[in-house]
Amino acid sequence: MKIGVVTFPGSLDDRDAARAVGLAGGDAVSLWHGDDDLKGVDAVVLPGGFSYGDYLRCGAIARFAPVMRTIVERAGQGLPVLGICNGFQILCEAHLLPGALTRNDHLHFVCRDQRLRMERVDTDWTNSFAVGEEIVIPLKNGEGGYVADDATLDRLEGDGLVVARYLDVNPNGSRRDIAGISNPSGTIVGLMPHPEHAVESLTGPSTDGLGFFSSTIRSLVGIGS
Amino acid sequence: MRPGGSATPPLSGCLDTVDRAESTPEVAQPYAELGLKPDEYARICEILGRRPTSSELAMYSVMWSEHCSYKSSKVHLRQFGDKQPEGGWPQLLVGIGENAGVVDVGDGWAVTFKVESHNHPSYVEPYQGAATGIGGIVRDILSMGARPLAVMDPLRFGPADAPDTRRVLPGVVAGIGGYGNCLGLPNIGGEIVFDATYAGNPLVNALCIGAMRHEDIHLASAKGVGNLVVLYGARTGGDGIGGVSVLASETFDADGPAKRPSVQVGDPFMEKLLIECTLDVLHAGLVEGIQDLGGAGISCATSELASNGEGGMHVHLDRVLLRDPTLSPEEILMSESQERMCAVVTPDHIDAFMDICRMWEVEAVVIGEVTDSGRLTIDWHGDRIVDVPPRTVAHEGPVYDRPMHRPRDLDALAADDANALARPHTAEDIRATLLRMVASPNLASKSWVTSQYDRYVLGNTVLAQPEDAGMVRIDEESGLGVAVSTDCNARFVRLDPYEGAKLALAESYRNVAVTGARPLAVTNCLNFGSPEDPEVMWTFAEVVRGLADGCLELGIPVTGGNVSFYNSTADTAILPTPVVGVLGVIDDVERRTPMAWGPDGEIIYLLGDTREDFAGSEWAHVMHGHLGGVPPRADLARERLLADIAIAGSRDGMLTAAHDVADGGVAQAIVEMALRSGVGARVWAPDQVTDMATFLWSESPGRAVVVVPRSEEMRFTAMCAARGLPAHRIGAVDSGLGADTGYADQQVLQMGDVVVTLAQIREAHDATFPALFGA
Repeated sequence: MKIGVVTFPGSLDDRDAARAVGLAGGDAVSLWHGDDDLKGVDAVVLPGGFSYGDYLRCGAIARFAPVMRTIVERAGQGLPVLGICNGFQILCEAHLLPGALTRNDHLHFVCRDQRLRMERVDTDWTNSFAVGEEIVIPLKNGEGGYVADDATLDRLEGDGLVVARYLDVNPNGSRRDIAGISNPSGTIVGLMPHPEHAVESLTGPSTDGLGFFSSTIRSLVGIGS
Repeated sequence: MRPGGSATPPLSGCLDTVDRAESTPEVAQPYAELGLKPDEYARICEILGRRPTSSELAMYSVMWSEHCSYKSSKVHLRQFGDKQPEGGWPQLLVGIGENAGVVDVGDGWAVTFKVESHNHPSYVEPYQGAATGIGGIVRDILSMGARPLAVMDPLRFGPADAPDTRRVLPGVVAGIGGYGNCLGLPNIGGEIVFDATYAGNPLVNALCIGAMRHEDIHLASAKGVGNLVVLYGARTGGDGIGGVSVLASETFDADGPAKRPSVQVGDPFMEKLLIECTLDVLHAGLVEGIQDLGGAGISCATSELASNGEGGMHVHLDRVLLRDPTLSPEEILMSESQERMCAVVTPDHIDAFMDICRMWEVEAVVIGEVTDSGRLTIDWHGDRIVDVPPRTVAHEGPVYDRPMHRPRDLDALAADDANALARPHTAEDIRATLLRMVASPNLASKSWVTSQYDRYVLGNTVLAQPEDAGMVRIDEESGLGVAVSTDCNARFVRLDPYEGAKLALAESYRNVAVTGARPLAVTNCLNFGSPEDPEVMWTFAEVVRGLADGCLELGIPVTGGNVSFYNSTADTAILPTPVVGVLGVIDDVERRTPMAWGPDGEIIYLLGDTREDFAGSEWAHVMHGHLGGVPPRADLARERLLADIAIAGSRDGMLTAAHDVADGGVAQAIVEMALRSGVGARVWAPDQVTDMATFLWSESPGRAVVVVPRSEEMRFTAMCAARGLPAHRIGAVDSGLGADTGYADQQVLQMGDVVVTLAQIREAHDATFPALFGA
């Protein structure tokens, strides 16, 4: 399975995402922001970082990158896409997911080992988990507060599109403790915490993050949802 | 003068060319405003055989500043090179004098690391000062050809509850995070220490580690006549002009910060592009020599490259891309705009070099070429404005052997015995002392700070703060990794500079060794008051002598570092603070020893000897506000033995956990281990130590707390006995103590007769920083 990892100017966790793909049993393919060719990948990860220095607004410039034109088009046809942190911000800016990520309510960057509850497990990125399963993966962001209007939040919750919620503490003021959401078909997932940093017990707080990458490989070979 | 007051030579609307300098010897020049002494100015005139042009004066003034020339410290720093084993240091690939030293860590890997100060800018403008401190040290590492792997920040502030500390500390932390997080480098450790002497003179030091293959090592030299000099990265602006001479080399006036325009402004996004672009051009084999632009900007980069190379360079200064087109040539030469690099490239590689720059959207321009003239010549729109021998700018600046005098108060300080201070004896007093100590600002949890730093990015962080040392993996295949720690108990240094320096070295060495890494090399950032004060200068000399002797004894070389003088406000100098960074190597990071102990029943050992060592201790500072007495002697042979045991214990799987004993003594070490693991323990004093306060808070060096599984206990104690290292059984991990001590269902730490729950300790330990600096 070939999973593309996009590098924008200012992407930081692209190497980590590629490592995670490899540890989960996939082949990571490096995609360049300026190239609209997806090199035949079966899924795409938009990694964390500060694309374009977060200038203007997080993700606001990256969404206009040539590679994003193809990703938006192919995502509409069912290409699985996972946006992590800055990738989540880019997905929202590109209107592939609703809502927006805003400055943390306490106004500080925060890096912590975050406990999450998995809520939607029939997506291409979460089918390795069980409903209600609790996991711990790193969270690190300065602008991770998820916001949307009440109607959108009600629809996300009513349709079961919330993928994961924060437990113990809400680290950034996200509305309704939302840590990640999905599109209705479950192909596109945006997640503020970083599963790619929890793939080895040596370097992460757990290996719970591997499940996100093995999920998409399961889906692609037809085991998952 | 520009608004805000940074001094630049007056132009009087007329370009000050070399011709004009020759024909108008009588023109008065503002050398004093630029920080040059009359005899230094006279020497420049003598070198050139005429008065300098205003551009030349600008270059000499920044390059001959204390910050760039090390003019007061050079005569002492020579010891780091002179005191070495016969045949030299086997691990050293590149020594002092380059941007950063490089050591061999095996398997064809080389590691470079360095710590630098950004103290004065961080006081004036905490966020940008700290941010650009990170940026500068990262470029130093990059310019050796290494990929930067991680950063650390040793920080010192005034009293934690002082209003100005509340301005400076949050800004510094936000700046380090804002820059480092956006740059994508994990922040894996450092220090935060408060002391009254740092009020108005915070110390903001920054350390970076990088790794490369041996064949990728690059040096700053302009070789090959006809090769091109490329300036690339951010455009040159008016920021930081005179930063070196005006800021870093002058004592602050009592009326506080008024030098804002001299502080540089950082753009971490550009630095990230610069890193990737630079590594691409280096790995493509397109670079003959490379130099970062930091203090003294283009003046420094061109003169150092030329001086280290063929000796000649010609620069067209008008080709420099500008952020502000009104800048004068003098300002361009002095500008300390961030995120710029200078590379020497052969003409047949220049197109490929420019292509890579374009790919990363990094602007680049050829500003000159290497010549064999032996001169650095600079033109401005065709007019010659600089014509100097580059070595006289870069390497042959003034050298001072400044007067020294042993501080007059040292004997009185030594006589003021800390061991005579009243100690707690009852269980109640010891318990109260314990809770007060763990909540004191220097010992309290630093997670308010470190949670603002990304420690995960790059996915190779094996250990990070609050562990003894930060550890990162270099090679994912083999598990090869490095550990780094920075330390300095400046109170020890104040009481006895020679021993204090050795103690700082010993602590850093020990912190690396307890993780299982073998110490290999040293970097240091020597933060002191004014070198023009003979007592400061004497202290500095003693510290350098202590470090050089200590390094020789421990078998690890100083590979580079930085001197920061003039850390004084009015008449108050900071505590002499030689921050020592030690780098160690570990063959397989899977073998590292963390500080959290494991399951029930594991046995806690205290290695080393405990004496009554309260002089300069945290306990004397917190409980009595006392600084006096004779600090402990550093026994470096013992430190080597302790390191050997810790490394063997790690390699052979005999240790579950290990933690250095330093600030706050055994009590602090035990508390930190318990909090890190979340499991309680029962601890008692060894037979030799009859006084509980001495057991808990004495700061005798050469000690570590280690935790041994029962199955390994015999083997471990036999090893210690055979090697002659005292190992005292002082406790056992016990998750069930709560029920026995009236705290059912809670984790409890029992120290002698004192019982306290981990929740109570955690509450005291965690509350301090949020209470001081906001949630």
